[in-house]
Amino acid sequence: MDRFSWTTGLLEIGETLVVQQRGVRLSDGEEKVKFDSGVLLLSTHRLIWRDQKNHECCIAVPLSQVVFIEEQAAGIGKSAKIVVHLHPASSNKEPGPFQSSKYSYIKLSFKEHGQIEFYRRLSEEITQRRWENMPTGQAMQVNKDPQAGRVRAVGIVGIERKLEEKRKETDKNISEAFEDLSKLMEKAKEMVELSKSIANKIKEKQGDITEDETIRFKSYLLSMGIANPVTRETYGSGTQYHMQLAKQLAGILQTPLEERGGIMSLTEVYCLVNRARGLELLSPEDLVNACKMLESLKLPLRLRIFDSGVMVIELQSHNEEEMVAAALETVSEKGSLTADEFAKLVGMSVLLAKERLLLAEKMGHLCRDDSVEGLRFYPNLFLRKS
Amino acid sequence: MHRRGVGAGAIARRKLAEAKYKERGTVLAEDQLAQMSKQLDMFRTNLEEFASKHKQEIRKNPQFRVQFQDMCATIGVDPLASGKGFWSEMLGVGDFYYELGVQIIEVCLALKHRNGGLITLQELQQRVLKGRGKFAQDVSQDDLLRAIKKLKVLGSGFGLIPVGGTFLVQSVPAELNMDHTVVLQLAEKKGFVTITEIRESLRWETERARQVLEHLLKEGMAWLDTQAPGEPQYWLPALFTELHSQEITPEEAKEAIP
Repeated sequence: MDRFSWTTGLLEIGETLVVQQRGVRLSDGEEKVKFDSGVLLLSTHRLIWRDQKNHECCIAVPLSQVVFIEEQAAGIGKSAKIVVHLHPASSNKEPGPFQSSKYSYIKLSFKEHGQIEFYRRLSEEITQRRWENMPTGQAMQVNKDPQAGRVRAVGIVGIERKLEEKRKETDKNISEAFEDLSKLMEKAKEMVELSKSIANKIKEKQGDITEDETIRFKSYLLSMGIANPVTRETYGSGTQYHMQLAKQLAGILQTPLEERGGIMSLTEVYCLVNRARGLELLSPEDLVNACKMLESLKLPLRLRIFDSGVMVIELQSHNEEEMVAAALETVSEKGSLTADEFAKLVGMSVLLAKERLLLAEKMGHLCRDDSVEGLRFYPNLFLRKS
Repeated sequence: MHRRGVGAGAIARRKLAEAKYKERGTVLAEDQLAQMSKQLDMFRTNLEEFASKHKQEIRKNPQFRVQFQDMCATIGVDPLASGKGFWSEMLGVGDFYYELGVQIIEVCLALKHRNGGLITLQELQQRVLKGRGKFAQDVSQDDLLRAIKKLKVLGSGFGLIPVGGTFLVQSVPAELNMDHTVVLQLAEKKGFVTITEIRESLRWETERARQVLEHLLKEGMAWLDTQAPGEPQYWLPALFTELHSQEITPEEAKEAIP
């Protein structure tokens, strides 16, 4: 930590901010220091740390001092870290918080995540060395000291070698993974070709493929994630899976729907169902496809799509048009209401409140007053008076 | 003279020929389906093997995830189409993105009263990460973009608007056409825009600029500052970074507007 200098934190001319991250703790090697909670800024020239509570406390180290960096993954009770190995401080360094340190590296702990992006950007900046092309107002600490150079050669070489080995190992793992992935994709591609050929056969011989076979084919497409070449749908809607899902949903959603006045938006349903599941979650498309089958399976719920494109699930017993009559009364009592106000009054989500008011308007019960202050609905007196 | 193709006999013969042709067609399809079923089983095994070796790589490495997704797209496969798909089941990619979808929905809903349903990708990322807690995997912006693209199908207006090299995430079914998008992009630089700036940069008539800004105001995506020096300024709350540290209720927000 003795490589850092106090700074105002203001960027010099020619220095550009690259990325910043809150919630970063600095450590001097393995030891904690008082720089516990700060914003870490990466510029083209420096790494800057500013205390979140006390903005006056701001320190920086030039990127030219960085030898190399490595990542440490998060663990139980531990945040992800970046370890930054540094050249020894030069003798003409500006004063900083520490006069000396027994470590040649510091650790950045990302308590609020952001480590992956920051590491990527830091690697880029260290590789590109943009500070060499953009001299700034401040004197940069270039490591001209030959003594320091010699010290560098001795202590760090061993560490560099170990890290190079680790990098090679990681690279090998990644390239093996990519190789395996490519082979896998070749096989997947064969499946796609086969499915296209079958789909062509189906198209040519309309009605000659049995329903059973169609169902089988659709389920194969679903497993592979291949768009149905005949209907262009990516989910092969109408599979057994979606039918079962529809029945399950009818069971799961009955009570929540009753608690919410008989109607829920599909996004609400998506969150509710997936939060309850915890694992083996539904994709948005799974949900939509299952819901599309509700009516045909004669289940007590149905999917409804409003003009705006908003999709909801309603209890069969729910009658939105009746709710509109009730909405009209509410609006009349208050004189006029916006969707926000109505939502709060009735205890609905704003999204659905707005849809109800729009439906009421469509049915002629309400009139709108559309101004910069918002969309307000009034009872339609034109209809009444005449 | 013996007329061909006419008469009960010819019709019957033709029907027989058609029936035989159909039968063959069905058999062909049956064969191919059987073949596909076998290949599917083999593929499943291959994928299992891949998963046993590299599942962690997908989980931990966002760059690898991007590669994976791109390769799938190239060959015409959507690994996120269904939770029941092989990819989801064996690589666990599905759960990662579908759960992210839930978190995105929740963050957007919580902030809607403040930003009208527009939020920068960066702010969304920060808040999602915060909500996930210390022990969860890191989430890249690419991950968020893919999750959002999947959410579109739910019909509640999720969309992406390109601005200044990144994106604004829309989470309400408000109609935003090219005009609105262009003004948002203009406003992104400073967080606000004026009618004069629109006229000068985009060469629009005042009326066109006014209509676009009014629409954004109505949707709650823009706030009007009539006390600005010179002419009124239209601010986008989605671009306020200072608002992070404050929690304002809708009532306070309303009072804050002159």
